Amino acid sequence: MTGRRWYAPWLFLAPALAVAVTFFLIPFSNTVVLSFTDASTLGGGHFTGLDNYRRLLSDDAFWLSLRNTALYVVVVVPLMVVLPLLVAVLVQRRIAGIGFFRAVFYSPVVASMVVAGLIWSWLLSSDGLVNSLLRALHLVAEPLPFLTDSRLLLFSAMAMTVWKGLGYYMVVYLAALANIPRSLLEAAEVDGAGPVRRFTSVTVPLLRPTMVLVATLSAIASAKVFAEVYTLSDGSAGPGGEARTLVYTIREAGLGLGGEAGYASAMSLALFLGTLGLSVFVTRLNSQERQA
Amino acid sequence: MSAPTTIPLADPAHPSAPTPREAPAPVTPKPRALRLRAAGGTGVRYLLLLVVLVVTVGPFLWQLSTSLKGAGESVFGYPPQLLPHEPTLDHYASAARTVPVLSYAFNSLLVAVGCAVTNCLFGSLAGYALARMRFRGRRIAFGIFLATMIIPFESIMVSEFLMMRSLGLNDTLVGVMLPLAVTSLSILLFRNAFLGLPREVEEAAVLDGAGEWQRYARIALPSVRGTTAVVAIFSFVFAWDDFLWPLIVLSDPAHYTLTVGIQYLSGTFTNDQRVVAAGTMIAVVPLLLLFFTLQRYFFRGVGEGAVKG
Repeated sequence: MTGRRWYAPWLFLAPALAVAVTFFLIPFSNTVVLSFTDASTLGGGHFTGLDNYRRLLSDDAFWLSLRNTALYVVVVVPLMVVLPLLVAVLVQRRIAGIGFFRAVFYSPVVASMVVAGLIWSWLLSSDGLVNSLLRALHLVAEPLPFLTDSRLLLFSAMAMTVWKGLGYYMVVYLAALANIPRSLLEAAEVDGAGPVRRFTSVTVPLLRPTMVLVATLSAIASAKVFAEVYTLSDGSAGPGGEARTLVYTIREAGLGLGGEAGYASAMSLALFLGTLGLSVFVTRLNSQERQA
Repeated sequence: MSAPTTIPLADPAHPSAPTPREAPAPVTPKPRALRLRAAGGTGVRYLLLLVVLVVTVGPFLWQLSTSLKGAGESVFGYPPQLLPHEPTLDHYASAARTVPVLSYAFNSLLVAVGCAVTNCLFGSLAGYALARMRFRGRRIAFGIFLATMIIPFESIMVSEFLMMRSLGLNDTLVGVMLPLAVTSLSILLFRNAFLGLPREVEEAAVLDGAGEWQRYARIALPSVRGTTAVVAIFSFVFAWDDFLWPLIVLSDPAHYTLTVGIQYLSGTFTNDQRVVAAGTMIAVVPLLLLFFTLQRYFFRGVGEGAVKG
């Protein structure tokens, strides 16, 4: 099917290419260029070589953000790989009312992160529902500072991430579960394997590619975490900004009045390389384990 | 004990639709012990389902309950009261008086509908070119779209802000919309959908003298309505829920979208949890309604997006 006019395909592509180039490729190139300058958000800037990157190495706020973000990835990814899978197995069988359960389990995905953040900050506040229940059950004497202790704030944000992502990855796993040949499960049953054994010996190995996909997606999403921490702390990232994440620090450094666009760009490139590295790492890890 | 019924996730929205029952009931009755075990298994399954249900929907219900509680009623959770004693809608009016929630909702609607339209239109045009046309540079164009998927938006947001300012679009809804106007995911979904169409029909149209535009508009696009619905819904929800970019690009509170506006409401104006709760309900209920009406497109979109994206 050859076009009669050579430019016809380009007319079809023009709007999408214009958006991709103007709002992705050019800003990305600009980020690379700016990272070697001392530009502010107001403009200007001189070439300063690797100064921004040198400064990163000794910037406590950057390292703190990096540590918090890394902790986020390390805690959230295993939870996101495992919990939605268990829920998917739970809703897989078509028992009465299962459509209702599936839909409700998905509903947090539809809510925006801000809505989720406001709901959770009310739940987790010092006189909120969670603390009241904990006190009613005599599990704690004093309310736990879920939102005002920076370490706990970070873990509260992680819990919210998992709550909001659970339904999404559940649907991803459901699609994969549907592709497992029933004959395999039946054969295992005939061989005397119970439900747990069938799950670990048949289902999990066959779902491996999906688990890698979920790990990659949730790792990249966790590396970019911002709204959870921002909304749970009313924009402060905890006392002294101790719960800051990488994106939080980039925004703080590079935007607003007198923002250091150049320095923030160097941080942005660190984030870009980090997400790239994460996806390569997860894929590698998977292929190595396969060979072993 | 019957083997777990694995049913493809083709249409999870219609669980009540008759499921194909493969075999007629076995003639010999199952041993009593086995039947009891199966019944027990189902009971445990429902119990676990209820636990997950409480965890997923509980936070929404608590917020809804808070938004309906009367001013004289304690909203604090000690002892927790799920059902309001003096239910009232006052706080919804109060939220709307404190900040212009309705105008924020209208701004969000404009951005979200705009994004749905542009993603369907521009995404399908580009997807059609990539799927059905042969031309020099096709690989490069495809590569550009794939490259934009690897770049996290968060890592270019500072430069994006500078770009918008040089275009004079900061603090405008167009500025909020443009970076989301056509995502690479939309393009890929359309490309895959077009690749899945039989070529014969279009080839026949070529013989009849139909040009590229006619083949796209008259034959290809009407054949991928499902994908169009998926792209429209996901673009809409993504734009409606977006927070970081509108937070960066909008500075005048009069231009805020709902997500930024609700955060503004809670942070700046009120410590009354009932009002904040009412505000969040205004932001989330339309989307929940949309979701419960069009579930199957949501589920289909997750499947296609995650597997192919």
